[in-house]
Amino acid sequence: MSNVEERVKKIVAEQLGVKPEDMVNANDSSFVDDLGADSLDTVELVMALEEEFECEIPDDEAEKITTVQQAIDYVTKNAS
Amino acid sequence: MTKKVALVTGASRGIGKAIAERLADDGFFVLGTATSDSGAEAISAYLSANGAGLKLDVADAESVAELIKTITDTYGTPAVLVNNAGITRDNLLMRMKDTEWDDIINTNLSSVFRMSKAVLRGMMKAKTGRIINISSVVGSTGNAGQANYAAAKAGMIGFTKSMAKEVGSRNITVNTVAPGFIDTDMTKELSDDIKTTLLAAIPLARLGQANEIAHAVSFLASEGAAYITGETLHVNGGMFMP
Repeated sequence: MSNVEERVKKIVAEQLGVKPEDMVNANDSSFVDDLGADSLDTVELVMALEEEFECEIPDDEAEKITTVQQAIDYVTKNAS
Repeated sequence: MTKKVALVTGASRGIGKAIAERLADDGFFVLGTATSDSGAEAISAYLSANGAGLKLDVADAESVAELIKTITDTYGTPAVLVNNAGITRDNLLMRMKDTEWDDIINTNLSSVFRMSKAVLRGMMKAKTGRIINISSVVGSTGNAGQANYAAAKAGMIGFTKSMAKEVGSRNITVNTVAPGFIDTDMTKELSDDIKTTLLAAIPLARLGQANEIAHAVSFLASEGAAYITGETLHVNGGMFMP
């Protein structure tokens, strides 16, 4: 598991109150449909990712981050 | 810093000053804003050890961003935001210029959006916060010559209710205090004729005092008001009863 993946999952776990192991083999987990996030949770999650990876995620990009894998991909491509 | 931080816009005089002083008495470290350096210095002087004055133009997005960064870095996230700053540009609608309309909407309403959004990040992280918007009775009643002011003040009430619904799950409350006619520089400009007519419409038959508004704000900022959100608290001597 890459470092980025671990850090993203740690943040998702903290923000959404889920266990990291719930995401182990399920990077396709949708924040809203699978992990029980509401729309405000997803905004907070993006804020937390911005802080962890010291980057700014524009609103139109943030809207496209709806699964764990998409968050990992975005961060890998644009930060760290 | 052990004290909680309260941020009050437009705190150099009038209702804003009374609110800043009251919140300082309540044990907050109060940051008051003014549009000029001299106004900010005056705030620092009257708050002394219990707070500080800062320069801010609420109508300018950059000024707001700068201020919030300074506050977050220096004092920490505000626990309480009081959106009090406001101006008047009264005119009959037939004569009202676009600039008179735009200035009021920008300074009195868009400022509330800017300030509230700016403090929200910190409050969401803290999972607690109080936002108190100072509206006006004319936002509910309307007032000839104040279509711009009344529209902005009514807009604050809708903003307050929407925001209260959005952030309630994060233990952040958003409320409005709607003062009636209060004895300040803003109402000193009214003519005697208008004052006489006004007083006849106020059951308590007097203008309100700034500290009577400050008391309502203090209540909404207090621990005991934790279950009140989206509410408009009218403090107007009975001149309007919703």
